Amino acid sequence: MTKMTMVQALNLALKQEMEKDDSVILLGEDVGRDGGVFRVTEGLMDQFGEQRVVDTPLAESAIVGMSIGMAAYGLKPVCEIQFSGFSYQNFHQIENHAARLRQRSQGRYPMSLVLRAPYGGGVRALEHHSESREAYWAHTPGLKMVIPSGPRNARALMVSAIRDPDPVIFYEAKALYRAFREEVPEEEETLPIGRPQLVREGKDLTMISYGAMLRPTLEAAEVLRERDGALAEVIDLLTISPLDEEILVKSVQKTGRAVIVHEAPRSFGPGAEIVARLMEKAFFFLQAPIERVAGFDIVIPLFAREKSYIPSVERIVAAAGRTLKN
Amino acid sequence: MKTKNTGKKKAAATNHNHAVHLLRSMIRIRRLEDKCAELYTTTKIRGFMHLYDGEEAIAVGVLEALTQDDAIVATYREHGHALIRGLSAGSILAEMYGKQEGCSRGRGGSMHLFDDKLRFYGGNAIVGGGLPIAVGLALADKMQQKKRVTCCFFGDGAVAEGEFHESMNLAALWKLPVLFVCENNLYAMGTALKYSQSNMDLAGKAASYDVASVAVDGMDVLAVEAAAQKATEVIRFKGEPFFLECQTYRFRAHSMYDAELYRTKAEVDEWKKRCPIATFTQRLKNEGLLSDADLEKIEGDVAQEINEAVAFAEACTWEPLEDLTRFVYSERRMS
Ligand SMILES: Cc1ncc(C[n+]2csc(CCOP(=O)(O)OP(=O)(O)O)c2C)c(N)n1
Ligand SMILES: [Mg+2]
Repeated sequence: MTKMTMVQALNLALKQEMEKDDSVILLGEDVGRDGGVFRVTEGLMDQFGEQRVVDTPLAESAIVGMSIGMAAYGLKPVCEIQFSGFSYQNFHQIENHAARLRQRSQGRYPMSLVLRAPYGGGVRALEHHSESREAYWAHTPGLKMVIPSGPRNARALMVSAIRDPDPVIFYEAKALYRAFREEVPEEEETLPIGRPQLVREGKDLTMISYGAMLRPTLEAAEVLRERDGALAEVIDLLTISPLDEEILVKSVQKTGRAVIVHEAPRSFGPGAEIVARLMEKAFFFLQAPIERVAGFDIVIPLFAREKSYIPSVERIVAAAGRTLKN
Repeated sequence: MKTKNTGKKKAAATNHNHAVHLLRSMIRIRRLEDKCAELYTTTKIRGFMHLYDGEEAIAVGVLEALTQDDAIVATYREHGHALIRGLSAGSILAEMYGKQEGCSRGRGGSMHLFDDKLRFYGGNAIVGGGLPIAVGLALADKMQQKKRVTCCFFGDGAVAEGEFHESMNLAALWKLPVLFVCENNLYAMGTALKYSQSNMDLAGKAASYDVASVAVDGMDVLAVEAAAQKATEVIRFKGEPFFLECQTYRFRAHSMYDAELYRTKAEVDEWKKRCPIATFTQRLKNEGLLSDADLEKIEGDVAQEINEAVAFAEACTWEPLEDLTRFVYSERRMS
């Protein structure tokens, strides 16, 4: 095993899948010669050539539209949108076509495609360069919305996403790209899409998070243990949609308390859906109102204020403290 | 519809005052950008920042042809356009610092400079995003029977976006007073024009939509100015759009994170020989329109302007956290 950053781990996943399967094609702006803005596709054009790693002009709508065409043909395109905020240019292709061609063709067309996009805070830039709008995609039936939380699961989920028969929107947290390294095995590893993971066991409350927010959530769990002796169970969603509530419900039935953490704006965010599921399935076990620690319902502020927008360990601990008081 | 005057005949010489004014404007931009780069390295400015070094002749030349009544829509590489339009260097730098006295309240930073009074409709961080907005401003002018020009700046990369083509067609179809200024610096981030255009004649693309167009040497401020004057005359007189392709080169990296693997140092050096400021300075000296004392005065004045701007930005304040919820919705009270 080698210690890798998330950038390297994703690169490994793409490289190995391309070696195994000729139908995997990468395309996007600056993904080839330049190796991608965040260097996730570095070296792949050298290895696989311009037919399989395609530098496209600035044309997000066409990048995704072409990917859909290639997928319907039976190839497995993995397209990159430089920042998730530029994906609004191709929104209609995903929403109107990628998500619906399977149903429209009554299952006759394959639609194995991955849209990769960096999301979330971490580069201290404005708006579209820092925001977290996974709820748009999670709201659309027919799409799978995946967000890994570290190098190892990023690699495993990317492999699964490429092999998945359905369109997968794969958000990569910019804040995690080079934040830390993890052991990533050279040999193949996959993770099932649609299954959250229990990453820390506890009995007093359940904390649910994903992506770049998992680490502050785990830190908050540690603070709660040290400070209050409270044992928090932490669940990493990994797949936002389709949302598998089983493990969440089980955990909350055990702990009676829940805190949900995400950087996406609070209103109508993924947390809202999770709360609804818990109310449906774990209502009689709840001992306190469920807390959401989220981004605010504003445009993400510039660098000087980014820290006050993105959920911090302090905010998570405070929310957990409120649920534990009841 | 399309004419070419790329560097072939030199635009007519100009008088002393005007020459010094143009040179001063270009130097103001260059020194502001130099300062931005410095402030970035000292982490006063963060995020993405795109500098305009090498392309100054375009903003300066084109804005000469606009009146304060005309509107401007720019891109994320817009510090120079904002400065020449009349936003103070202080309000621009304060914005980049993220301070509330900045021209966008410290919320937009480098890529989102705005000023409603100056009809500066902003930087725009979405490539191609400004084009239809400019067409809309021009459409509104036409509906209100106002004889004004909307000037829209964008890069060569934007020409590949669908919005470019939709905008060209609409502006031509409805005869709208838009001056499209394509800053063709041959690269969109790491992608050379040859990898993104089936036909690299960008002025020709506009012409195919029946938009009058011309390609001009974007390193020559007089050529740009003359072309922009002609273009705005056509727009004002006929009420039809015009497309100006300014052929240029960016001297610095795309943004502050760019290893520049896509071009050689030799190529950059070759273009630097055509630096719009250096060549214009030389030309004015040769023609006896600029003395060393003139140049010294310009540099001295500009240095002072920039230093004061930095001092201003440093002294500015942060917007209170609780105010960050303001302007999500209108503050006008609804009954
Ligand atoms: C819709 C969209 N896609 C991608 C980007 C990322 N991006 C920012 S600048 C840029 C290159 C644009 O090149 P060009 O239009 O030639 O302008 P230049 O930077 O050369 O001035 C890219 C790809 C973006 N900002 N918006
Ligand atoms: Mg360009």
